[in-house]
Amino acid sequence: MTESDPYAGERLKESAFHPRQAVLNIRNAWASWNGYKLANYYYDAEYEYFCIRNQCGTYDICPMQKYRITGSDAEKMLNRMVTRDITKMALNRVTYVVWCTDAGRMVDDGTIFKLGDNKYMLTCGSPCGAWLKMSAFGFDDVSIVDESDDIAALSLQGPTSCSVLKAMGLHGIETAKPFDIRNFTFHSGTLMVSRTGFTGDLGYELWVKSELGLELWDDLYSAGADFGIQPFGEAATNMARLEAGFIMPGMEFNEALKTVHFEHDQTPFELNLGWLVDFKKPHFNGRAALLRDYERGPRYTLTKLDIEGNKPAIESYIYSNRSCNRQIGYVTSAMWSPTVKANIALAMIETKELRGELFAEIYYEKELRQYSKVAKCEIRTKAFWTPTRARATPPPDH
Amino acid sequence: MQHYDSIIIGAGHNGLVCASYLAKSGQRVLLLEAAENVGGLAASREFHPGFKVSVAHTLSHFSKKIVDDLKLQEHGFNANQETLSTIGLDLNGNHIRLENGELHGVSDDDAKSYQGYRILMQRFADMLKPFWLKTMPRIGMNNLADVMTFAHLGLKMRLLGQRDMREFMRVAALPTRDLMDENFDSDLVRAMLSWDGHLGSKLAPRSPNHAVLAMLYRMAGEQGGNHSVPVGGMPGMMHALLSSATANGVDTRTGATVERILIEANENGLAASGVRMADGETFLASRVVSSADPQRTFFSLAGVENLEIQFCNRIRRLRCQGYVAKLHLALEGLPDFPGLDDCRGRMIIADGLDAIEFAYDDAKYGECSEHPVMEVVLPSVHDASLAPEGKHVLSAHVMYVPCQLKGGWNDDARTEIRERAIDTLEKYAPTIRDQIIHSEFLTPKDIEQHYRVTGGHWHHAEFAMDQILMMRPTYEAAQYRTPIPGLFLCGAGSHPGGDVTGAPGHNAAVEILK
Amino acid sequence: MKRYDAIVIGAGHNGLTNATYLAKAGLDVIVVEKNDYIGGASVTRELHEGWFYSSCSYVCSMMRQAIHRDLDLSRHGLILVPYLGGVSFADDGSTLLAYHDADAAYLELKKHSPHDADAMHRFHADMSRYSQLIRKTLLRTPPDPTTFRIRDFRELLYLARQFWALGERELYEYIRFFTMSAAEFLEDYFENDLIRATMASPGIIGTALGVYSPGSAYVLLHHVMGDVDGNIGAWGLARGGMGAISNALAGALQEHGGEILTSAPVQQIIVKNGRAVGVALDDGEEIQSRIVVSNLDAKRTFTQIMDRNDLPPGIYEKAKNFKIRGSSGKVNIALSGLPKFTGVPDNRYINRGGQVFLGSLETMERAYDCWKRGRWSDDPFIESVIPSAWDPTVAPPGKHWMSNFVQYCPAELADGPWTAEKRDQFGQTVIDKIERYSPGFKDLIVHMEVRTPHDMENEIGLTEGNIFQGELTIDQLLFNRPFPGYAQYRMPITNLYMCGSSTHPGGGVSCACGANAAREILLDLRRKNTVPEDDFYDE
Repeated sequence: MTESDPYAGERLKESAFHPRQAVLNIRNAWASWNGYKLANYYYDAEYEYFCIRNQCGTYDICPMQKYRITGSDAEKMLNRMVTRDITKMALNRVTYVVWCTDAGRMVDDGTIFKLGDNKYMLTCGSPCGAWLKMSAFGFDDVSIVDESDDIAALSLQGPTSCSVLKAMGLHGIETAKPFDIRNFTFHSGTLMVSRTGFTGDLGYELWVKSELGLELWDDLYSAGADFGIQPFGEAATNMARLEAGFIMPGMEFNEALKTVHFEHDQTPFELNLGWLVDFKKPHFNGRAALLRDYERGPRYTLTKLDIEGNKPAIESYIYSNRSCNRQIGYVTSAMWSPTVKANIALAMIETKELRGELFAEIYYEKELRQYSKVAKCEIRTKAFWTPTRARATPPPDH
Repeated sequence: MQHYDSIIIGAGHNGLVCASYLAKSGQRVLLLEAAENVGGLAASREFHPGFKVSVAHTLSHFSKKIVDDLKLQEHGFNANQETLSTIGLDLNGNHIRLENGELHGVSDDDAKSYQGYRILMQRFADMLKPFWLKTMPRIGMNNLADVMTFAHLGLKMRLLGQRDMREFMRVAALPTRDLMDENFDSDLVRAMLSWDGHLGSKLAPRSPNHAVLAMLYRMAGEQGGNHSVPVGGMPGMMHALLSSATANGVDTRTGATVERILIEANENGLAASGVRMADGETFLASRVVSSADPQRTFFSLAGVENLEIQFCNRIRRLRCQGYVAKLHLALEGLPDFPGLDDCRGRMIIADGLDAIEFAYDDAKYGECSEHPVMEVVLPSVHDASLAPEGKHVLSAHVMYVPCQLKGGWNDDARTEIRERAIDTLEKYAPTIRDQIIHSEFLTPKDIEQHYRVTGGHWHHAEFAMDQILMMRPTYEAAQYRTPIPGLFLCGAGSHPGGDVTGAPGHNAAVEILK
Repeated sequence: MKRYDAIVIGAGHNGLTNATYLAKAGLDVIVVEKNDYIGGASVTRELHEGWFYSSCSYVCSMMRQAIHRDLDLSRHGLILVPYLGGVSFADDGSTLLAYHDADAAYLELKKHSPHDADAMHRFHADMSRYSQLIRKTLLRTPPDPTTFRIRDFRELLYLARQFWALGERELYEYIRFFTMSAAEFLEDYFENDLIRATMASPGIIGTALGVYSPGSAYVLLHHVMGDVDGNIGAWGLARGGMGAISNALAGALQEHGGEILTSAPVQQIIVKNGRAVGVALDDGEEIQSRIVVSNLDAKRTFTQIMDRNDLPPGIYEKAKNFKIRGSSGKVNIALSGLPKFTGVPDNRYINRGGQVFLGSLETMERAYDCWKRGRWSDDPFIESVIPSAWDPTVAPPGKHWMSNFVQYCPAELADGPWTAEKRDQFGQTVIDKIERYSPGFKDLIVHMEVRTPHDMENEIGLTEGNIFQGELTIDQLLFNRPFPGYAQYRMPITNLYMCGSSTHPGGGVSCACGANAAREILLDLRRKNTVPEDDFYDE
């Protein structure tokens, strides 16, 4: 691409790691995220998925939105926006949060990094600058800076990820507990490491100034060469997050501000995220509506299903009986889990029907012919895959 | 420490009315006013030694029910107000006059058209009248009373008859220009009759969706849309309201600036519990009722951290920038308007609909027209106490003067616009400049600062179709309750709206006492 | 002499649609047209050798695809092609490019304002919601809320249900949106003036309102509620020009046995004993029929081709007061090549879309202020499209045809009537402005046709050249259109109907007015309904 490229304006942006990733993307399988070019997969999605579970891999999270929120009212402003009490956060900690409209419908989810007194970083999947600005209205001293393009971030996930970081010279990283943040001197700047991720496995997310992106990549890959490091794309991420039971916008929930039809968005209770809503904290947005939803009980509940057979229940309806004449829900994400060898799915199911039997009507194709079958579903209350290494501190070596 | 049932913030007429009703029902009421006098925009001040004036200078539809309920007549309010004739000033002295429901000095056609026009508009105004003194329920319809209010409105519309109902549904959204074009030939008549549709607003004759409703609102009083100066002037009126409030047991404190509404959290959420004053003193109460404008109430007094984000956004985007300045002149004597016998009327300087429209055009861009349009009253003609003997006070609403002037307001800008207004007056009263002892010009910015009204907007929020009825100021606060339990609104930013009507104060009290 | 079942006056798209549905129901129908060509404002003619001008309407989005499919218009030659891209030009020459692709659109907006790029998602969701509601009313007859008829009540209930489905908050937001100005409505979403101005620009097209006039937000919606194949807000070109729509409709009409008589201006609708019985043409010929349908605007129908004495009291005044204001001009240009615009990349998808020379909200509003004063602005708002960049049939190979829609152009000038000289000056103002953004543009001009409201009225009979056949303000929408009590296509004279854009749902090449009128006529004649129901994308 040159200066004179007349299509420059509509080509996807390239992240700080792109020069390295482009070389590794053997299949040229690109997707997009927030205007960035992002690998759907590099070589083979399932192979990349097993990197996460078996060795370690990196996922480019440069396209993720990062907002730096500072000022003497920063904590007050954020605490009013999200449903969790962030005043309880310790320095250098990360917490998973959701934020809702006045009606208690989820605008988005993301993570908050506490970097200092009234110094926070908020990350989320899609842009939320307009919502942040609306939320900050009326607070005298809050500054919101969109640093999405200025920070290069790489997610390093998998059982050997801690070993790689140690080999890279990040001393003491093994003492970082889940959701801890550690800072290291790195070339001309600072490398921030948080023990976070979207795979449900042991993993870290690495944050540097964009200018240091390639240094980070190179250092990481030379340290990781002996630990099987590989890049992985969106497809593998999506598999790993489903096993971990994590939700995705556009799959499990509709972002409320992008929802056209009345109540086609979701409350945190519907998404089984009630644990994120703290009614004891100071006032927060959507509180009254959420309290109503809590007391009445959500209409739908996002449920983890273990389904008989091995055909993924993609876009299936859920019924309360085998004859499929009473539809009580729908599947949001489904796949065959290679790790736990189960046919897993997330489904939105009418809360009152959860006590009864559940059946999925599954459609599948066999050499162009369409088939369907009805499969019994079992409810799972825990994530499908929760390795102990993900929570252990220090984590095991492999 | 004393615990009140209700604390009312702001002793403008709505605060006074609300306080009186609450006290009358047995509540212990504390009324707090930041200024030294009660009355808000209707309070009189001495702008030059011996000369007094108030920002609001006439009454058009103060509710008779409130006068009776609060026994204002016993407290010195004289209901036998003199109805002001409305005079359309003509540059050549061929002034036109609207008096006792008749147009004078106009063509026979226009005079005749006016009769039909007046009857029809009065029918529409009468239809809407009951709803200005009533809480407009949310469309959610929670109870029978709410359903009945809508059923009542539907019935009232039906009772107009098919022809008039159809006409109402058409006319309600019409720009005044079209309404006037359909009815009248003379441009002066059109300008004069459309005046009340625009007074105090940011819109003009070609703007649809607001003016006819504003006119109907102003026609809802006992006087059929006529303006009057009460005996004793607006100060007399405020005195009567205060006296009634005091008699009902309201504890009124002036010079008492509320800094913050106290909001406490319990397991059910938040609740307003009192106020903290600028001097640090606190007063506790079961509820707080604010007659301040919605933006001030929610943002400065309650605090956004206690409110919802989208709710705050809806309050923020309320259109409440004032476009009316006040010109106050202390005069040596009665000004001479050639062609006019007396100065007892309400004089309108706008020689046609275009004059109004074009003056508004400049204001859109934050500028001031070279040819302002205005409404002129001489309050001292009706109440001699407002000026030293033989001398007079002239009070004018000058439109359209933007609150946000391009380049900002300063003394030079103020002087320049004031001189423009006086120049305009001079065209109709050529000797007036020599009679001026002192002049004062209050821009909307000044009004904002002196009277603590956001944007200097008299009505606290533009009277437009999306900001009236159950949408005033926004749907979650239109029934005088706010999202914060125990915090109520009772000012002009609530249904039915601005002008000295007492209706928001009355309706809020009814709602609180439910 | 032959007596027809129905005469339709005016062979515009609505007249032709109406006639086709009547013919399809078995009626003997004739369409009479004053010009020697059909199409009304949906017309394409070779005004310069080799160049086919769509002189009036130039793009299409409102066309009901239910009608397109039902009348098999594709077989009759109609192909609607969506066009991508577009550029808005600010006063200072900076540009906002419109990309079809979501990522590209996001990145472009982000260059101007990251906040607005984000807010655009909310804006789109809200506009979809508003559009989807209003779209449900397009192929329906508006109810009369003042009657006690079961049908009106049922339709009112239908509307109420659609409203109710919005949920409480959106219901109030909808009322707000419906009544306020486009510019102020957009302040709730966007910060950047160019983005605001771009999004507000549909709010002034064709209307005598400014971006700051309350009610212009609805006009905005009126322009973005259409779709091309379900892409709400997208616009398309008819292959061969807008005349292809009329020609396809005429083909369908003739297939169903309908007749079209051109060069037949109607002098008067003949009324006997309070019933419309036919029309008298200018040449004295009289055509008799059971019913008469006027595709002309309400003002023209009642004040020009009817005897005032035939009308019930009050109707003439209603028609006289009907707001149909000339506010738009059109400059159609044959070009020897594709113009290049400063600051716009040589990107085929962008350059071949539309160009909007809007300047800023203030420039647009000041142009409106000029209109109020009876003149055109030196710096007018121009919306241009170069259909030939997409459609190979409208200009010779390598040559181009450009449509420039200009807002505002008064129907009556303050300094006296329109003259040929003034018209040329108006055209010059327009090309001067384009030249500013495209140096060398004027050298490409081969031929130019300038149309003022005055010309449009004279030629195609739209009063004051108003493209909507009547302003789209609340007092003239839904059951108020054209007049309260006469919104169901039946006019105050028995057997007289209206089917033009003066009726619900208003202007735009939607064919909905004509189809709705046909449904009502067939109901009155106790014939089987031939008009299809609309199809929606949100169900």
